[in-house]
Formats: sequence, structure tokens, C-alpha cells
Amino acid sequence: MSEVANETLRADAPVAAQGSVKRYGIWGATAVLFLALPHIFTSGTALTMMSVMGIMIVFALSYNMLLGQTGMLSFGHAVYYGLGGFLVVHAMNTVVQGRLPVPVALIPLVGGLAGLVFGFIFGSVSTRRGGTAFAMISLGLGELVASSALILRSFFGGEEGITTNRTKLLPLFGLNFGPQMQVYYLIAAWCLLSMIAMYAITRTPFGRMCNAVRDNPERAEFIGYSTQRVRFIAFCLSGVFAGIAGGLAAVNFEIVNSVSVAAGQSGIVLLMTYIGGVGNFAGPVLGAILITYLQVMLSDATEVWQLYFGLLFIGMIMFAPGGIAGLLMMHQPLWRARVLHRVIPPYLLALVPGLVTLAGVCLAIEMTFRLTVRASEGSAMFFLHVPLDARSPLPWLVAALLAGGGFWLFRRTWPIVANAWSAALAVARPVRPAT
Amino acid sequence: MLELVIVSTLNGVLFGMLLFLMASGLTLIFSMMGVLNFAHASFYMLGAFFGFQLSQWIGFWPGLVVAPVLVGGIGALVERYGLRAVHRHGHVAELLFTFGLAFVIEEVVQMVWGKLPVDYRVPPSLDFTAFTVFSTNYPAFKMFELLTAIAIFVVLLGVLTRTRIGLVIQAALSHPNMVGMLGHNVPRIFMLVFGLGTALAAVAGVIAGPALVTQSNMAGLLGPILFVVVVVGGLGSLQGAFIASLLIGLVQTFAVAINLSLADIFGPLGVTVRPGLLTDIWQVTVAQIAPIIPYLLLVMILILRPSGLLGTRET
Repeated sequence: MSEVANETLRADAPVAAQGSVKRYGIWGATAVLFLALPHIFTSGTALTMMSVMGIMIVFALSYNMLLGQTGMLSFGHAVYYGLGGFLVVHAMNTVVQGRLPVPVALIPLVGGLAGLVFGFIFGSVSTRRGGTAFAMISLGLGELVASSALILRSFFGGEEGITTNRTKLLPLFGLNFGPQMQVYYLIAAWCLLSMIAMYAITRTPFGRMCNAVRDNPERAEFIGYSTQRVRFIAFCLSGVFAGIAGGLAAVNFEIVNSVSVAAGQSGIVLLMTYIGGVGNFAGPVLGAILITYLQVMLSDATEVWQLYFGLLFIGMIMFAPGGIAGLLMMHQPLWRARVLHRVIPPYLLALVPGLVTLAGVCLAIEMTFRLTVRASEGSAMFFLHVPLDARSPLPWLVAALLAGGGFWLFRRTWPIVANAWSAALAVARPVRPAT
Repeated sequence: MLELVIVSTLNGVLFGMLLFLMASGLTLIFSMMGVLNFAHASFYMLGAFFGFQLSQWIGFWPGLVVAPVLVGGIGALVERYGLRAVHRHGHVAELLFTFGLAFVIEEVVQMVWGKLPVDYRVPPSLDFTAFTVFSTNYPAFKMFELLTAIAIFVVLLGVLTRTRIGLVIQAALSHPNMVGMLGHNVPRIFMLVFGLGTALAAVAGVIAGPALVTQSNMAGLLGPILFVVVVVGGLGSLQGAFIASLLIGLVQTFAVAINLSLADIFGPLGVTVRPGLLTDIWQVTVAQIAPIIPYLLLVMILILRPSGLLGTRET
């Protein structure tokens, strides 16, 4: 992780006028992209999915303030997301009942405030220690809130949750936020603002101190900073943005239930952030988009999609700890030196047996599922539109052959990829501007 | 009242000993690698499901031996080919790896055995009443669970303190480099301890499965309590884990038996609370908040004594 920090520091060094244009240009481009997206993907499903993606981007980025920036592994981040959501729902209902002049566009702020307050309370207990102890305490606090949610029924609404109606709130400029399109733009605006704010925080001296506490807490203490205080502030700030994400979710779904504070939600945000990449600011954004997409698409295609998630996660930890963003950043020197095309043919060569292995493993998983849990529906099934019988030995043989043979071929392509990689890197290194 | 106290004490000690069966393995693994095995409760669940499946095929008693051996083998393989490879990416990656493993094990169990509870029954040879306290019949199987847990505890203690391999393990926990210099294969000792720890969790699963519900969410229910035990006891302290296991076992069992709420206590004094969003706090009984008591205990311990009851190290 220290390498990543060095990388960003180095990128910072030539801060010139063109740098600022580049920096603000990126946000401008993001804003334009957010505006244009509903006109590119016009279907209702796409709009709903993009709304959820926007919420998850804020949530994952807030999580990365802890994991990626400050090195705090939390297993209970959904607490701030969920409590933000609950308070927003209650605030919306209060506003409707009292006919208060509060527009729905400002209501996520309540979530942010709730995240701050609960971050302050729980953070003062849990951020005293870092590392494994913090992880365990966050888990305990998460379970505490999740269990309480089922006990305190009048606040959390039990299993059904609390519902609200966003159209009953004060309309703003004639917008009542009834149609999903208006909600999408509301989420997009909040998402963009939160992204800019969180990015700005990483650029402040405080953001740098967070990185120092992550990389070398002892040294940070020696310089005179209290690591405990840095962790605490980072924790509170992260709670704010998690609360905003929860508030946006409440506005979007018009319902919040105890699932949103539970361990599953904390797990999903961890998966998103890590798969996207914790070492890069854009990583959690990529992760949130990819995982939300996969959640919708995979859950349509297969019932055991969460197993594939878990396997993807473990694969990432073992082979690509930098996540997707880390993998992309690895190729930056090659891209700069214009030698990226040299590694693409070996990649394609490795991709084919890799996909074959994957198909074999998936086939075995799907057939097992069909024979065990879905045994009552018979053994006839479809895999990639191919009809087969899970009870006959032939498909099992095929699965074993695909997985085993594919993996054998896959292993044989590794040296080819490695050679092409080092050859390309050798060309790229000298060209890299010395700083 | 006396009946309640006796039965709750027995049940509490039993639950505590089961917790300790798992917490001991977890603590050993933590002392060894500095990593909390997030998937430890998942190995307990695997033990229960393997025990169930084996009891269908070859009976309960062979299953009691075979299931922990199988699970221990899986644990050793996970250490050898998973954790050891992740080790170079640091502690966070290791913790995340075990988290992912817990996720995958739960999904695999759901894929094979489904989400509904399986019919894992007490073996007929133990399906009778051991003794009767006043009017409560205490089942023999629970006594068997208790005795098994105590027997394993005694054997584990003996092996760790009285045998050569136990001394080597103890030495490897605190001074791995020195033990390596002396010619012992430290990575293999680590693999052995990991396998042993997961096998102990599996034993707990096999004997707890018929008494509790054998279901794919049992790891998710027990895992967090297990972490509370090791944090409250003090990370890395076996004695602390023992005390915390019994403490949490007893506290939780007694809490379930107490049917009092704030309204019951203060109501007769003339205190009333207007109905509102927070009336639940007023009316909820101790039995209802039993699930959150361990976590409240955790928070209190962290405020009063951050290193845990008998813990010595900070992280």
C-alpha cells in the first residue's frame, strides 16, 4: 500500500496550471456522463440499476475512507448506512405529518447527520485501537445494532421495515421526485458532490495523515500525531457519507428495513470496495458499479450467484490484492510508453483456457445445485442454453475435462504472459519520466 | 427458583464449554499467525453438516470421529494453499481471506444442503433422560456434550503442557524463528495447529448439531459471539478465552430465563412512559435482549479494560 501512496505523491509533484485543468476536467466529464447516462441507457431496469449504483458508489467510497485511506478494516459499516436510512425515513414521515417546508432534495443531509452522530458515539469506543481489534469491535457493534433492530420494533419496524412516500414532501421547482428519472438525477447530484468532497478530503493534510496512520502508525505517533484521533476523525467522516448513502437509499426505495443495518450489507460493501481496489480512489467506484451490475444480472441467471461472488473475492485477494483498479494501474506505464498492444495477444491467449476452466467449474457448481437443493425439480437442466441431464455421467466428465484441461492449458500460458509483460515493461521503464 | 438456577447453570456451562471448544482453536490460531480466523464458525458449521451426513450413512458415533478429521484436513489444506499464499500481502489480506472463506463456505453449505434446517437427530443410544431436577428432565445427550467438551479440554491442556509436540507448539507461538533455527518445520507446525483448531470447531459442531438447529445460518449466528469471547477474554489468551466462554455462556442462558422489563421494575413505583418511538426500551424484557447482551458486554469491556480480561497485547 505504501507503493500506492508513493505513486500518488509522485503524481502530485508537478502541480501546474495544466494539472488543475485536468483535475477539474475529470469532475466536469463525470457530471456530463451522469447527465447523459439515462439518455444512453433508456430502459427502466437500467435507470433503477444506475440509481442503485450511484448510492453504492457513495457507500463504497465512504468505506474506502476507512479501509483504503486509513487502513481500518470494518465489518460493521452498514450500521451508519442503515441508521442514516432509518432516520431519513422517520424524518420524511415527520415532515409529511407536520407539513414542514422541507424539500426532498435536502433530506439525505439528515442521513449524513445521523451517520456523523452515530460515528461519533461508536467511533469513540471502537477507534481506540487499530488493526484486528478494531475489526472485531466493528463486528461486535454491527451485531449489536443489527440485533437491536429486531428488538426495538417501533423505531426499526421489525421485519417489514418502515415505509414512506417521497412525493408527499415539498416539491422543489415543480419537481415532486415521483418519477424514477428525477430520483436518478437527485442521486447523481448527491453522488457527484460526495465524490468530490471525499476526493478533496484525501488531498488535505488530514488525508495525508490518514495514509501515514495506515502505513506506519508508530512513526505517525513519533511525529506527534495521535493515531487514535486521526482514526476517530476518519471514522466520523466516513459515517457522514455512509449516512448520506443510506438516506439516498431511503429516498430511492421508500422503504428501509433491518436488512440494511445487518451483517450482509456490511459484507457487500467490503466486497465491492476490495474487488474494485482499495489502493486507488476510483477503485471503489468501479467495484460498486461492477458488483451492483453483477447482483442484478447474476441473480437472474443463477441462484447461487453469491457463491460466485465469494469465489471472485477470494481470487482477488489471492492473485490481485490491488483489485480491478490495481490491475488497471499496473498497465499505466505500458500505456504511457505506447507498448500496451504488445501484451494484449498473450492476454487473449491466456483468456481462452481461463474461460474454459471457468465454464467447467460453473458447470459443476450448477449441476451440484440442481442435484441437491433443486432435486425435486428433476435432473434435466440448461447450462449456457445447452440442455443436459445432471444425473448422467457425461456432463460431469465434460465439466471435469473443461476445468482440469482448461487449467492445465491456462498454467502453460502463464510464462508466455509473464515474458511478454517483462519485455514490455523493459521498454516502458526508461521512457517513464524521472521525477 | 432453585430449579431455574440449577438448570440454567448446567445449560450455561454447557454452552460455555462449547464456545470454549471453538475459542481455544481460534485463540491458538491467533497467537500463531496474528490473524483471527473469520471462518472459524464456518468450520463448526461444516462439522455439524458433515456429522449429519455421516450419521445418515455410517451412524453418529463413527461420524463423531470422521467429521472432525475431514474438517481438520480441509482446514490444513486451507492454511497450506490459501492463507500461506496470502500471508505476503499482510494481515488485512489474511483477515479478508478468511472472511471470503466464511462467505463461500456458507454458500456451499446452502448449495448442498439448502437453506432449511436438516434433520440431525440425537443418536438413539443417548436419547433418554439423564436425571430429573424437580420437574425438569435433563437429557442425557446434553450431559454427553458437556462431558465430551470437558474431556477434550483436559486432553488439549495435557497435550499442550505435558508433551514434546505441545512444548514445540507453545515455543513456535512465541518464538517461531528460534524454533525454526532449532530444526523444527515451523510452517508445518502452523498447518498442524490450524488443522487441529478447525477440527476442534468441527467436534463442537458434531455434538452441538443435534441439540441446536443444524442450518446454513448457524455460522453467522455463532461467529460474532465467538469473536466477542476472544476479545473479551483478551486476544491471544487461552485462560482469558476460557473465562470469557463460561461467562458469556452463563450470562446468556440466565438472561433468557429472566422475564423482567423496565416497566415491571419501575411500573409499581408509579413511573410511566408515554407511547412513542422509544417505548420498546421500556417494555422489552431481559429475555428479549439476551442476543445483544454479549455485544453490550464487549462494549463495556472495551471501555473499562481495552486489552480484554486477561489480554496482554494491544492488537
